[in-house]
This record gives sequence, structure tokens and C-alpha cells, in this order.
Amino acid sequence: MNGVRLYFRYIGVSIRGQLQYRGSFILQSLGHCAVTAIEFLGVWALFSRFGALRGWSLAEAAMFYGLISITFSIADAFARGFDLFGNMVKSGDFDRLLLRPRSTVLQLIGQEFTLRRVGRFAQGAFILAWSISVLDVTWSPGKVALLMFALLGGVCLFTGLVILQATSAFWTTESLEVWNAFTYGGVFMSQYPIAIYRPWFRRIFIYVIPLACVNYFPLVAVLGRKDSLGSPESFQWFAPFTGIAFLIVSLQVWKIGVRHYQSTGS
Amino acid sequence: MKPYIAILTARFRTMLQYRAAAVAGLWTQVFFGLVLIMIYEAFYASSDLPQPMTFAEVASYVWLGQALLALLPWNVDTEVRAMVRSGAVAYELCRPLDLYNLWFMRAVAWRTAPTILRAVPMTALAMFVLPWIGLEEWRLQIPSLTTGMAFAVAIVCTLLLSCALTTLMNITLLWTVSADGATVMLTVLVTLFSGMVIPLPLFPDWAQPILMALPFAGLVDLPYRIYSGNIPTSELPRVLAHQIFWTATLVFIGRWLLVRGMRRIVVQGG
Repeated sequence: MNGVRLYFRYIGVSIRGQLQYRGSFILQSLGHCAVTAIEFLGVWALFSRFGALRGWSLAEAAMFYGLISITFSIADAFARGFDLFGNMVKSGDFDRLLLRPRSTVLQLIGQEFTLRRVGRFAQGAFILAWSISVLDVTWSPGKVALLMFALLGGVCLFTGLVILQATSAFWTTESLEVWNAFTYGGVFMSQYPIAIYRPWFRRIFIYVIPLACVNYFPLVAVLGRKDSLGSPESFQWFAPFTGIAFLIVSLQVWKIGVRHYQSTGS
Repeated sequence: MKPYIAILTARFRTMLQYRAAAVAGLWTQVFFGLVLIMIYEAFYASSDLPQPMTFAEVASYVWLGQALLALLPWNVDTEVRAMVRSGAVAYELCRPLDLYNLWFMRAVAWRTAPTILRAVPMTALAMFVLPWIGLEEWRLQIPSLTTGMAFAVAIVCTLLLSCALTTLMNITLLWTVSADGATVMLTVLVTLFSGMVIPLPLFPDWAQPILMALPFAGLVDLPYRIYSGNIPTSELPRVLAHQIFWTATLVFIGRWLLVRGMRRIVVQGG
């Protein structure tokens, strides 16, 4: 069985397992949807009170909001297995994964596909669709492709972040929650165009954890606006590559971590 | 009173064991606080219209929200839930104590310990470290003595209100066992109507009478605005009346439900 088929077999099992508790699943998905929806209600209220945000309208901001919500919900559902990794190191269960003749990454992401993230996904998709329907963007096949490309880059970037967070557990034997600021905090920050933040803060998310490259820059190109940060259009079209590169680097760091691994022996 | 105080201190000690998690949580919250303040800064820079709150007031509001997040009633007591599931809740009935008071005291301990753990370092950071690194306008304002005292009284009432809501949710466990539904509903209501998403005055004007009448305003919005001076201290009696009225109502509903729940309780297994 090749890796891809094995992965689908894994997540098939995981999804069937989650659907056993149907009532709980529906409530949790709805809850996830509602909690993220009220967040957007806050965004709406601020725009109606202040009119605009440094030249951005609500509909434009909604595009950033919608895309990052979709991106994160996919990445979170997909890479959740790495979240559980800290406990595996602590309990020594990771040893079992090393004994199997398959890559550790495949086994970890195959552990769980978190279906209830569908709530956040639906909410993000709805807001993105609303934004597209209200905005007067001239669409071209290229722009649709760029939007998909940004989504792909974003999923890669978040997956990379989760992998880095898990990798730190090789040294600390505990999944470090300090990374949450970059994952959950990064999503929160990306809900608005990054141009509104202070320059020192922007630099972190352009150069260190390139979230701006999978959300802000490609969307500026989609919206057809002139970037107030002064990035050239050609860069905006290729920016999502950074997310893929980030994932590749994270996987290399993971490999170093695996080599460094010492079982807790428990 | 003595047994209730014993419960309080015992739970306090348990909570204080989780210090490492508290430090990690603190960092994440500082991050969220900074992002929120930058968002408000950008909004305030975009409009010349007079707003119901100044930017400095909003900054204080944001930091208080980060410092006192653990005070919000957004979930059921995990210990009570475990007891209802395992059937150990029957032991609670054997204790020679009033069950409502017992669960209320549990809630008080459960909300207070993590709040204090988080609030002290967060306040120090937002009040003193921020101006020291040159972010004077983002700081948590140092209140005058009278506002500080008014806030202290209001926040005690907030604690009671929050615990009345928590206890009410714990009681719904007697019917639902898992409390998934109640938790989701309450989380949504609390986050939106308390002022956690955005300060309530920034919502549209037509919504203000409703927002101010609901019990949730007493959890976040009213005490925080007393602190920042947006509500003058002379208004304190009205704020307290709002909080106490709702606390009393929720305690009354909780007690009534508990009596009915106890009549039909089925203990799950042995």
C-alpha cells in the first residue's frame, strides 16, 4: 500500500470514529461555527462605528478574514495528530511509531482528522463568499488560481508551524504552548490586513513566520490594490511559495529532532 | 461557614500546582493583547468622529480583559462533571452541607485561583513594562484611589455573578450529563454580550439598551469601564445594583432547579 492510500485509510478510520458520537459532533461543530461567527460580529460592529480601517472597507477585510479562517481550519483538521505528539513523547508511545516501516510524519498526520473544524471552515467560506459577492473585483482564471495557491501555501505554513511546535517536544518532552501565540495568535492577527499593524510587528510575520506571504500579499494582488507596504506585484503572485518552503524547512528540522529522540522509557 | 472555607483553600492549593501552564498562557495572552490594541489603534486613527470611549480607555479595557479572562463563566466545573458521570455525586449528597452553597464555593475557588495567578503578572506587564519599553499610550492606566476602590468592589460582584452562572451550568449537568450544549450556548452568550469581543459601547447605539440590561454586561463591561473612568465612580451604585440583582436572580433559579434535579436524580452505576 502506498503512502497516500494508507493516509486515506487512516483518516477514514478517524472520521468513522468521530461520527459514532453524532450528537456531540453536531453540537461541537455548531459551537465552533457560532464562536467564530460572533468574532466576525465584532469586526462588523467596529467597521460600522469607525467607517473604515486605514483605507480598508469591511468587505475587503472580510476577504482576509475568510481566507485565513478556511486556511487554518483545514490545516488544523489535517495536522492535529502533531498536537497529540507531546503526550506520545511523555508516555513513550512514540517508540512504537519508530518501529513501523512507515514515515513518522505520515503516521502522525494520519492519527486524527478533526472533523468538527468544519464549523470554522463553513463560517470562513461563508464570509469569503460574501466578500467576493460584494466587492467589485474583476476575476480572471489567474486570480482564482492565486487564491487557491494562497490557500495551499497557508495550509503548508500552518502545518509547518504545528510540526515545529511538536519538534520542540523532542527537547522539552512537553508540547510547548508558547507556540500557540503564533498559531492561534497568527490567525487572529491575519484577520485584518497586516498593513494596519506597527512596522516591527509586521516584520515578524513577513520575515520570520511568513503569514503575510500566504494571506496579505496574494490578496492585495487579487483585490488589485496598490500595496501600501510597497511590494511589487510580481512578488505578490509568488509569495505563497514561502509557505511551501516553510513546510519543507520544518520537515527537515523534524528529521533532526527524530534523530535526537531519546525515549522517556516509560 | 468553616467547611466552605476549607473547600476554598483546598481547591486553591490544587490550582496553584499548574504554574508552567500559566506562564505559557500568559505569553499567548500578552500577544493577543498587543494585536487587539494595534487593531483599535488603527481604527481610532481612521475616524475623526467622537467615540463613546477614548483609545486610552479601550487600551485599559483590553489589558483588564487579558488579565481577568479566567474569571469568565465559560465552562462547567470539570470536577462536578466527572462526579455526575461516575456517580460520585451521590457522596456530595451525603455531606452535611447545603449542596448549592457547596457547589457555589467550589466555583468561587475554581475561578479565583487561576485568575490571581494570571492577573498579577499581566497587570505588572501592562502597567509598568509597557511604558518602560516606550509603549506609553498602550498601557494599563494606573487608577486613582477612588476608582481603584470602586473597581475592587465591582469585581467582587463580578466574581459572584460569574460563579452564580457557573453553578447554574453545573446544575444543568443533572439533566444533560455531558453539558456540551449548555457550554456551547453559554460560551457564545458570554463572549458576545459581556464585552469580551469588543467593548459594549462600541456596538451600535440601538443595541445599547439590550446589552446593558442583560446580566453579561456585569461580567466584563461594567467593571472594566469603572476602572478606565468611562463610567464615573458616582455611577457605582447603579452598576452594583445591576450585578447584585442578576446574581440574586441566578442564585434563585439555580436553587429552584437544583431541588427539582435532586428529585429525579439517577446515580449512574457504582
